[in-house]
Parts: sequence; structure tokens; C-alpha cells
Amino acid sequence: MTDSDTDKLPALLGFPKRYPFLTLILQRLGLSVILLFAVSVLIFAGVEALPGDFASTYLGQSATPQAVANIRQDLGLDRPVTTRYFEWLGGALHGDFGTSWASKQSVTEQIGRRLGNSLFLAFFAAIISVPLAVGLGMLAVFYRNRFPDRLINVISLAAISLPEFFIGYLLILFFSVNLGIATFPATVYDTMSFGERLSAIALPTATLVLVVLAHMMRMTRAAILSVMSSAYMETAELKGLSAFNAIVKHAAPNAIAPIVNVVALNLAYLVVGVVVVEVVFVYPGMGQYMVDAVTVRDMPVVQACGLIFAAFYILLNMLADIIAIAANPRLRHPR
Amino acid sequence: MRMKDIPLSAWIGIIGILLAFFLAIFAPLIAPYGEREVVGEIWEQMSSQYLLGTDNLGRDLLSRMIYGARTTLFVALAASVLSFSIGIFLSFTAAVTRGIVDQVLSRFNDLMMSVPTLIFALVVLAVLPQNIWILITVMAVLDSTRVFRLGRAVALDVAVMEFVEAARLRGEGSMWIIFREILPNTLSPLLAEFGLRFAFSILFLSTLSFLGLGIQPPAADWGGMVKDNKDGIIFGIPAALIPGGAIAALAICVNLVVDWLLRRTSSLKGGRGDA
Repeated sequence: MTDSDTDKLPALLGFPKRYPFLTLILQRLGLSVILLFAVSVLIFAGVEALPGDFASTYLGQSATPQAVANIRQDLGLDRPVTTRYFEWLGGALHGDFGTSWASKQSVTEQIGRRLGNSLFLAFFAAIISVPLAVGLGMLAVFYRNRFPDRLINVISLAAISLPEFFIGYLLILFFSVNLGIATFPATVYDTMSFGERLSAIALPTATLVLVVLAHMMRMTRAAILSVMSSAYMETAELKGLSAFNAIVKHAAPNAIAPIVNVVALNLAYLVVGVVVVEVVFVYPGMGQYMVDAVTVRDMPVVQACGLIFAAFYILLNMLADIIAIAANPRLRHPR
Repeated sequence: MRMKDIPLSAWIGIIGILLAFFLAIFAPLIAPYGEREVVGEIWEQMSSQYLLGTDNLGRDLLSRMIYGARTTLFVALAASVLSFSIGIFLSFTAAVTRGIVDQVLSRFNDLMMSVPTLIFALVVLAVLPQNIWILITVMAVLDSTRVFRLGRAVALDVAVMEFVEAARLRGEGSMWIIFREILPNTLSPLLAEFGLRFAFSILFLSTLSFLGLGIQPPAADWGGMVKDNKDGIIFGIPAALIPGGAIAALAICVNLVVDWLLRRTSSLKGGRGDA
């Protein structure tokens, strides 16, 4: 942890006073660790507490009591829940998620390969959608209640309502079946070159961008608008500041925190959007791995994927909070 | 409120929703063929006999769309009503009682919300047996966390009003305060939120069905029909896009109505922002 932990008590008490900003960030970090731990309990213990027995579902029709008992023993399900939980958590902290029930292979190995693919996809979706969304959001505010704003508003309202798979199949039908300029399915191999990979993920990336763009843009617009309609912006306008100066000097510093929040929130949304998009495009990533595991009830894989997705989500939300604190002087120097 | 105050966009939404409900309620009378009846070849073109063509097993697509409206609307509506009941009840209880109850409920809600809904649903559905009531319950419980957050915020605003204090002083119980004082005064924003949750439920159910974890075949539902017909896309057969488009159209209709409700709510508050 930090140096402060090893210090003596008086020094510890003085620490929050001397470094209020650092304390806030440490508090937020600590909160995230606790949250992550609680989520791991929820994912593991919650699943245990629910009715439904894997062994009997797994065997289906041929579930004699003896066969069920055998399977439970094979998988180690006959031991107490707490023992298994701490074994699982200990393993997870070392990056070992056990072996898959269905394929008997190491879950970590499988995830390692697929996590990279998913991040590759999400990364490109993010670097395209974030500037586009913030730019369009600003455009909408600039032309507030005029034609461009209304057009953006109507289109984004429609885009929010489109399910991911509908956008995906629409793009496939148009670009790869009718025009034949994009590849489907978007399978990637280890031997593929970077350029080949890029062309393979073109359609899935486009789908992800469309999915998050509308949300992000609407939230950016709302965030900027709430800053623009505050009293100090009116004052700036009344004292004769030009629109550009007012925006740069008064609006922008106050809009950073909400916009960053919007971006982080939507990057977190991207983590989830990846699941459906990967299934649509038969892309070998984490999402598809998890969905496959859920259909065959392969619990070690489901729990590992669930924990990793949740960890990314919590991490991004934490980053958003920390940047919001850093961007706000009132939070940086609390009274 | 007069009829002519409702904007055109909201009318389009209302008519779309009513049409979907009409199809769902009178499905057996309207559908030309049965829900599970194999009537022709696989993926036949649109024709006067099969208005939308046939699906991957040779069933009439139009009939399945009409029956699918039934399943999709019923499950989505049941899930949103249930999630609202849970969310509103717990959030109002938290806002009225405050103290430890509020703390426990709010922190647990934060925990539930720290896992993305779809991921949570996948983990839970991996264990539970596949059954329509379990599906509705899972969707409702996960969605009620969002209702809880809004409900608590709205109720806290009202709970500090003088008339609530007056009710407390004349000795009314918590249930009276929740249902007779707070609920009537928070109805407008909650109604908009209900629409939003309903649209989300439609999309969420369709996503789950598309992933093969929602409504199980051979029952027809729009998300599942996309999954059934998705292999046709490679051959240029748009059968999967018809149910997909229906989901999108229904969600757009609901959102158009919600948009209008939200704008009405914010103008009632007399706020200066137009966001």
C-alpha cells in the first residue's frame, strides 16, 4: 500500500490534512477494492445460493443419484462453500481461474488469448467514438434548438433504440453481402498481420461505435447544456465576453468533469456491448467465450469472465470519479 | 391536458405501441398460420401467400412475428411492472425511514449496480433453470436497481416537504406516507421512467433471447427469431432483419413517448435548462 500505512499514528492523522487530494484518491481506490471484493462474493456466493444443481443439469436425462454424486465429487462441489470461495479467490488473485468443466482446459489460458482480442476491438471502437461523440455533442449545443440539433436529437433517439445485433446484421447484409467490401465472419488468428486484423474488425468496430455514439453524444450535450445554462455563463455574456472566450474560460473547465464522466461511463458500456457484437460477428473474444460457457453451464468460466468484466467496469467508473475530483477545485481542496 | 397538446412524435409513438398491443392481444385471430406450423419451404421469398416469407424451418414469418409480439410484450411488460413495484417500494421505504435501513438498501443497491446488467444476468442465468417466470424475475430484480436510484432521489425531495411532516405529526404510518403522500406527488417523473424501463426491457429481453438465454424455442419471440434466422444473412436473406426491425421500431415508439413525458415533466418544474 502507501507509505502512510507504515507511519506512526500522529503522522497518519495529519496525512488527510496535509494531502487532501491524495487522501480522496486513496479513499476512492480503497472503495473500489472493497467493491471488487464484494462483487467477487456476489458472483461466487450468489451463484451458490441460487437453486439449481449443475450436476443434474449437466447430466440431463441420465442423472441417477450415483452419477450426480460422482460428478459433484469430481468437480469438488461436495466441499464447504467458504473453502471453495477462498480457494477460488486466492487463485483468481494469482491469475489462476481453475479449469473449465466443459473442455477441461485452463480458463486463464483461454481468457488470456481472448481478452487481448476483446480489448483490441474495444480500443478501436473507443478511439473513434469518443472524439466523434464529444464533437457532435458540442455541435448540437452550438446549434441548440435549431435544425442540426433537432436532426442529431432525432437520429440519436432512434439509434439508442436499435438493438446491437440489428445494427450488426444490417451492416453485414449491406457491406459484406451486397457490396462485398467487408469480411464476415470477423475471425482473427494469431498468424494474421496487423493490417489484416484491422480489416477483419472493421464491421464489429463500426457496430460498437454506432451503439455507444448516440448515448455518449446525448449525455455530452446534456452535460454541456447544464453548464451553459448556469448563472455564471449568463454573467459572462452580460459583461460582454465573446462567446469563444466565455466557453474557453468559463464553460470548458466546468464541463470537463461531466464530459469525462460521460466518456468513462460509455467506455464501461462498451465492455458490455462487446458481448453481443462478438456473438454477432463470431469474433473470438471474451464475450463469446462467456456466452458459450453460460449455455453449457460451465461455471468456472462464467465466474471468471463475470469477475473480469465487472473489474473493468468498476475500474473505469473509478477512473471517472478520480478525474472528476482532479478537475474540480472544490473537491480537490475540501473545507 | 388537451389532445392537441400532444406533439406529432408522441402520437407516432402512441399509435405504434397500440398497434403492437393490438397484434399481441388478437394474435390467434389475425395470424394467417399457426405459431409453430411448418407451412412451406425454408426461407421462401415474400409472396401473396406468405406476406413476409418463411423462416429457417419453413414457418410463416408474419404469423410468428404476430405471436412473437405476444411473448415479447408480455415478458417485457411483466418484467418492468415487477421491477417498478420492487424498486419503488424499497426506494420509498428507504427515503421515508432513513437511517440504517436506507444505508443498507442504498449500499446494496450500489453493489448490484457495480456489475453490468447483462454480465450479471449471464452469471445468474447460467445457474438457474430456463423458465419464463425465472427470466422475468431476473430481469425485474436487475432492473429494479435503476428504479431504486431514481425513486430514492425523487422521494427524498418530497419527503422533506411540509405536508409530509404534517402527516407524520398527525400520526400516519410509513405505509400511508409512502402511498398517500409521496407516490401521488412523484407520479410524473416515475411515469417517464417506467417508459424508459419498458423500452430497456424490450431490448434486454431481445438481447438475451438472441444470445439463446431468453425465451426458449419453439415459442416465438422477436429476439429469438433473429437468432433463428441469422444464418440466412450470409445468403442475402433478410428474414432476420424483420424481427430485428420490429424490436427497433417498438423501442423507438416507446422512446418517443418517453421523450415527450420527460419534456412535460421538466417544463412542469419550471427549470431553466432545456436538457
